[in-house]
Amino acid sequence: MADLAAPNTAAPRRWLLLAAVLLVPLALFSLLVGAGPLPLDTLLSDPQALRVLAVSRIPRTAAVLLTGAAMAVAGVIMQLLVRNRFVEPGTTGTSEAAMLGLLAVTLLAPGAPILVKMLAAAGAALAGTGVFMLLARCIPPHQVLLIPLSGLVYGGLLMAVATFIAIEGGLLQYLGVWMSGEFSGILAGRYELLWLAGGLALLAYFAADQFTIAGLGRDVSLNLGLRYGQVLGFGIITVSLVSSLVIVTVGMLPFIGLVVPNLVSRLMGDNLRESLPVVAAAGAGLLLVCDILGRLLRYPYEIPAGTVFGIFGAAVFLYLLLGRRAGG
Amino acid sequence: MADRRLIVLGCLLAAAAALFLFWGLRGPTAYILELRLVKLAALLAVGASAGVATVLFQTISQNRILTPSIMGFDALFLLLQTGLVAGLGAAGASRISGLPGFALETTVMLGAALVLFTSLLSRTRHDIQLMVLAGVVLGVMFRTLTAFLQRLMEPSEFTMVEARMFAQFSGIDRSALMAGLGLMALAALWLVRHHRVLDVAALGRTPARSLGVAYDGLQLRVLCLIAALVSVATALVGPLAFLGLLVTSLAHSLMQSHRHALLLPAAALIGALILVAGQTVFERLLHLQSTLAVVIEFCGGLLFLVLLVRGKIR
Amino acid sequence: MIDISGLSYGPAANPILQNVSAEIPAGRVTALIGPNGAGKSTLLKLIARQMTPAGGSIRMDGLDLVQAVPAVLARKMAVVAQHLSVASRVRVRDLVGFGRWPHSAGRLGPADHAAIANAVELFDLGGLQERFLDELSGGQRQRAFIAMAYAQDTDWLLLDEPLNNLDLNHARNLMAQLRHLAEAQGKGIVIVVHDLNYAISWSDHVVALRDGQVAFQGPVAEAATAERLSALYQTPVAITRLEGQVFAQYHR
Repeated sequence: MADLAAPNTAAPRRWLLLAAVLLVPLALFSLLVGAGPLPLDTLLSDPQALRVLAVSRIPRTAAVLLTGAAMAVAGVIMQLLVRNRFVEPGTTGTSEAAMLGLLAVTLLAPGAPILVKMLAAAGAALAGTGVFMLLARCIPPHQVLLIPLSGLVYGGLLMAVATFIAIEGGLLQYLGVWMSGEFSGILAGRYELLWLAGGLALLAYFAADQFTIAGLGRDVSLNLGLRYGQVLGFGIITVSLVSSLVIVTVGMLPFIGLVVPNLVSRLMGDNLRESLPVVAAAGAGLLLVCDILGRLLRYPYEIPAGTVFGIFGAAVFLYLLLGRRAGG
Repeated sequence: MADRRLIVLGCLLAAAAALFLFWGLRGPTAYILELRLVKLAALLAVGASAGVATVLFQTISQNRILTPSIMGFDALFLLLQTGLVAGLGAAGASRISGLPGFALETTVMLGAALVLFTSLLSRTRHDIQLMVLAGVVLGVMFRTLTAFLQRLMEPSEFTMVEARMFAQFSGIDRSALMAGLGLMALAALWLVRHHRVLDVAALGRTPARSLGVAYDGLQLRVLCLIAALVSVATALVGPLAFLGLLVTSLAHSLMQSHRHALLLPAAALIGALILVAGQTVFERLLHLQSTLAVVIEFCGGLLFLVLLVRGKIR
Repeated sequence: MIDISGLSYGPAANPILQNVSAEIPAGRVTALIGPNGAGKSTLLKLIARQMTPAGGSIRMDGLDLVQAVPAVLARKMAVVAQHLSVASRVRVRDLVGFGRWPHSAGRLGPADHAAIANAVELFDLGGLQERFLDELSGGQRQRAFIAMAYAQDTDWLLLDEPLNNLDLNHARNLMAQLRHLAEAQGKGIVIVVHDLNYAISWSDHVVALRDGQVAFQGPVAEAATAERLSALYQTPVAITRLEGQVFAQYHR
């Protein structure tokens, strides 16, 4: 299959290769870090160690990789659809809306299976993102910073509603858990929904060209015969589903969807056919680094990966913001 | 000084305060009255300082939508508090609680706020949106750092910090209240003397300087004042992001004036009125617990969005 | 031929276009002219299906545009919008490549690559191929979008004020390209232009709009007279001939 980038695939391939080469040792290292020691030499002969590996370490590492990749992909899709560099599910009210949905289903049907809760969260996230898209339509696209700003305030608004309901319903702890993304509770049997998020990210890859064209605007999309509304709808559904899946299983992880696509875009642009695999790999790798750091910094206690990434991500975002003018 | 609107506001506030104090008063009257008086004083102090701090901040940043909280001032205060407890340990931090503790916190806050926000203001001077967004992200970073430090703490230290995290109008530290009121009195004194120069400063740096105002020095002093007032409000009840915005919008539409002699007292009165009246309704009428802050956040956030969509922020 | 009949757009009390009927010939360069706010861009956008008319019909070579499917339209006409603000970082070569999307859906064959190379060559983008759109000047970006539309290889090409950002050389070249496309390949070209001299010296046909209605239309030589142009712009316009060229003279 000759793709659009046929004359020059060397550079993107190099980045992808680099990401993959870094990911493998990181993942192996992640398998070895945890509260209990996992001796390398007797690993294969020790049934206890193998059990730890299968029940806890491998699921955890897989969960981190899937989450990081899916959130980064969701972020880049959101940025192309809103046509703004500075948005992600955490700055468009998507995550907060998902939490509201989750809160509602927890209050109304506490015993509902996790899939039902996830679907409720996804439905709410879809509605919340839709409202944001309408809001964003009121703002001309050249008001670049107004869009993330309104998104942040809109998210804060939804969060205030959620906090109110949570306080009155006595569910404040739940909110705390959903708000800080962490992987310490991940065991085999408790994270498998994340494969769905990974699958969605993969699905998005098959629509990579459509998303890239949608990122050029409605007029260009229509001119090229793209069904713009459908691409928009597919994108929003993907982003909402991914966000809800991640919140239900590990909690909110802000900034991944913002920082990773921006860094990758600086290196290799926004042709998703080329860059989406690198975005996914970089998101997975960065989140894994943060998770490993969170496990090591205060060993044997843990700092949530979301917190570690939050500090790093906010710093990078500030750099992008303030360096924007200087860079032209 | 005898503006009719201010007098009406003052009367409304007095009525709300009386209602707050005496509605449903029974049992050990003296004891309950004392409790309510402390709470009332805190509400007045927080409302007034949030209102005044926001008006001042909008003056030196030359726009009508910024508030110190949107720019991360109160998140910075919480981070400093957490850092102090983490640095000194629970025992050390409790030894310097009360008045000296408050003084230390406020001093550190002043220094940090000055360094951070003068650099932020000068870097983003010509771009309001950039400034706001950078402030919001800075706030997020401070909050995350705070959470990070809390994770590193011992449980006993953590409970100490946790008590200060949510905006709550119960459980008020009396010595901090006294110190805060003192600080506010000093601020008021300064403002009474200097409010006219603020009217000129609101025109912006270049026009103000050409009119003979030493703008940069003034800006520095006003930033100090803002940091002190935010410390008072946050130390007493914790962060309230959008109260200031709500208050200044109301003050501007009520007074229709750029004069700080009118704006500042109006903002102080409106801020206090919102909190006292709101708390009265919440406690006595609806019997809800400590969710006034959330409702204020909601209303303020909604106002912000409406202003934004209607193009007031571009 | 594009056959427009009874077209209207905007609120009934204050319409932007009102009962517009026009015929735009195939294989010719047609200029939409008229003063500011006459509805030129609106008419172009309605033909381009970027907006839906309030009433009336547009048929392109017998195809009803209101009913047509986007994918079919994209092989029939290519559009270059007036405002080309792009937030995403896409390389010029990839952008031109997207012009082949209606034909290839992303799987580029040898013919597609040839078309892309041809478009890049034709619009003088060889040195800019590997650059990102956000690194280009306004005129360069405009040329990249025009090249994309050209690579789309359609019977019709619609351009909304394509000369806006271009310097003398590139503006002249573009008009020459468009003429060549019409004459050699039989493409129908519709452009909105402000510069009256570009309109009358490079196009075959004009449709003049004023206050949302057609003021006059027809072949340039017959329709664009001094009286009509003066009335259209409410400014004295003289038509002069110099070395066999027609000029509109209105500077002083």
